[in-house]
Amino acid sequence: MATSVTAHAHAGPQGFIRKYIFSLDHKVIGIQYFFLALTAVWVGMFLSLLMRIHLLWPGVTLPLVGDIKPETYLSLLTMHGTIMVFFVLTTAPQGGFGNYFLPIQIGAPDMAFPVLNMLSFWTTFVAFVVIIAAFFVSGGAPLHGWTGYPPLSALQSAGPGEGLGADLWITSIAIFCLASLMGALNFLTTTLDMRAKGMTMMRMPLTVWSWFITAILGLLAFGVLLSAGILLLMDRNMGTSFYVPLVVVNGQIMGHKGGSPLLWQHLFWFFGHPEVYIAILPGMGVASQILSTFSRKPIFGYKAMVYAMLAIGFFGFMVWGHHMFMSGMSPYSAFAFSLLTMCIGVPSAIKTFNWLGTMYKARIRFQTPMLYAIGFVSLFVSGGLSGPFLAQPVLDIQLHDTYFVVGHFHLIMGVAAIFGMFAATYYWVPKMFGRMMNETWGRIHFFITLAGTYAIFMPMHYLGIAGGTRRYSQYTEVAYLQKLMPLHQFMTYAAIITIAAQFIFVINLFWSIFRGPKASDNPWESTTLEWTTATPPPHDNFGGVTPVVHNGPYEYAVPGAARDFVMQTDPAAGTTH
Amino acid sequence: MATYVPSRPGDQVGGGGDVPRPPNGGGDDGRYPDSNLPNYGARLRRARLGLICAIATVSMVFVSLTSAYIVRRGLPTFDESSRTYFRDWGSVQLPWLLLTINTALLLISSLTIEKARRNITRSAALAPVRSIPGISLDEERSFPWLGVTILLGFGFLIGQWMAWGELKGRGFFVNTNPNSSFIYLLTAAHAVHLAGGVVAMLWAGATSLLHRPVEGRRIAVDVTAWYWHFMAVLWLYIFALLAFVH
Repeated sequence: MATSVTAHAHAGPQGFIRKYIFSLDHKVIGIQYFFLALTAVWVGMFLSLLMRIHLLWPGVTLPLVGDIKPETYLSLLTMHGTIMVFFVLTTAPQGGFGNYFLPIQIGAPDMAFPVLNMLSFWTTFVAFVVIIAAFFVSGGAPLHGWTGYPPLSALQSAGPGEGLGADLWITSIAIFCLASLMGALNFLTTTLDMRAKGMTMMRMPLTVWSWFITAILGLLAFGVLLSAGILLLMDRNMGTSFYVPLVVVNGQIMGHKGGSPLLWQHLFWFFGHPEVYIAILPGMGVASQILSTFSRKPIFGYKAMVYAMLAIGFFGFMVWGHHMFMSGMSPYSAFAFSLLTMCIGVPSAIKTFNWLGTMYKARIRFQTPMLYAIGFVSLFVSGGLSGPFLAQPVLDIQLHDTYFVVGHFHLIMGVAAIFGMFAATYYWVPKMFGRMMNETWGRIHFFITLAGTYAIFMPMHYLGIAGGTRRYSQYTEVAYLQKLMPLHQFMTYAAIITIAAQFIFVINLFWSIFRGPKASDNPWESTTLEWTTATPPPHDNFGGVTPVVHNGPYEYAVPGAARDFVMQTDPAAGTTH
Repeated sequence: MATYVPSRPGDQVGGGGDVPRPPNGGGDDGRYPDSNLPNYGARLRRARLGLICAIATVSMVFVSLTSAYIVRRGLPTFDESSRTYFRDWGSVQLPWLLLTINTALLLISSLTIEKARRNITRSAALAPVRSIPGISLDEERSFPWLGVTILLGFGFLIGQWMAWGELKGRGFFVNTNPNSSFIYLLTAAHAVHLAGGVVAMLWAGATSLLHRPVEGRRIAVDVTAWYWHFMAVLWLYIFALLAFVH
């Protein structure tokens, strides 16, 4: 680091509990979030495997699980969606990588409120324990899907799993909301107030911008979900009628009247659509960072990328109604939501164009992080292209309850975001743990996962167009659905192979953490601040030195520079070659 | 041999090349980098920024509850006996006198905590002067405004508890009708947030007893005071909602 101001060096806590369990260090907390999400993704993946197996062989009795009845299938569906959306897609990119790298990338020694940061993680952990507990209570896990639509979710007698299991589900979501709000507050304050000298907003890496905008979305969206959840708990346990109209269950009139299930849908999707961007925006940031680094070129249109992310975040709050075209909303409202949804295509296209522009005529280094970043772009485009179809009310009404929607959101929100996480993992593990991951196994993992992902989710689009309904636990009784079973077979086999390939990733990760070759301070020849400090970073991130920033974050192939990259901390003048 | 001058406009295409780069005072952990002494100004700014974020999210909670209130109020329900639709919003006899007294308590507490905030701001400003050798200033013995505010805060919470008791006494429970459901919900949600403010004030008071530096205590009192003012404004909003939309 050529220019720096000497500062004090923090002494980190020495005891095991303070250092690794209740740590205030954002890096340890980031790693805690990362491993929590890694645990959650295996649980979620296992549930999806059970569903796929059940769809092919509905009569089979599985070890540990036993018979999968229709209601069991719905429980698996609910818990798979909830765990993946909240505890994986929201937790790893923001809580994990964001926590670890946001302070370092802006030149700060920690988050603005370290105690709040620790509380945020442990609150998330409690939320995870509570939702897992739903499997083990009387009646089991709830049936109402990750969207929790009432009246099914609001009536304890609506089915097995809708008793204590559903209460635990709602409680877990409410706790998760509190944790996310604490995290968002910390991210925003840290970004706004703790940037190093010279780190102007327009010099922040796009990863920081993505975490920053994600935090704004979280701050505004999770409060609404919290309110909605409280109303749902009251309907279930206190006899109120916010969401439940006059309803008959098993021939018995329930005590509710006058409530509106659509009220829940509005509140839920006001959170739910921004949640899509909470999941995907950090992936966009990571992809931008990696594409620029491994293309050895500046990111194409830095400012356009920033404004596109801001526009995506803004429009994200305007389009919740496109999830509700089936609810019988006014055609005028549907038109407005449809038009606004189409508008999101513009900033999304800008981002895609700029990613391609970054790679155009570049001397690309096809290492594993880059492969995953390219995979992210591929999945973002593939999943995104079906979005404008579903944004049309007339088409959505045809496709809404089919596998077309499942394929769409798994590509764009699920797997694209997960590819962003894979890219981030391969890119940053050397900095986090001081060891390189195995490149060969990384590439094998990438190619199997990319092919497997497309093999699982592309056929779902055809399945949906052919009328393949989602949420059905078996297709044996419906003649026209029988003809679609070969596609289901193909997807299930693809899922089994793809899930098996994830063992390659986990083994590579843990082997590398302990036995991988030692990483240098800047193995990828990147430019941002985390690559200016030691590997792994010291407790106060910069070893008693406060970085001073002189350059933008993606100064690659700079004419006249000594190397093909210029660190953000390189002084303003004097570098020669 | 070319010289690289990256700050020249247009030279940097990798992001933000043509922007000025003023130092923004960040990048620290609330300490002066050269002396390792606490930078209370930075800490106060950071705490206030965090508070603004917290207020934004609490506002979203109440905005969503308000939208639910308005939507639910306009919904018809089906009457199975007459086979017709009617509005089941219902009426509630609120204990207006008690609620008005509570409102007065909260507004007065907002004034008292503002007094506490200004007093400690002055003390914090004088703290560096007091630390100069040879300079002696009389210790200010100010009225315990923070303690008074805590008492008024507890008074408000007790008053709300009494108001709920009175509602029950009049036969209005949480599930009596949608109107009563929202009254309990909105007032309870506000009370929970306000109780958080009371806890924060107790913490600020405890730091005084622990003889923490006045500059640090000032941050706790300052942020709590602004939060408390927000609670007062939020209560006026809820009061108006219940009074006029009700």
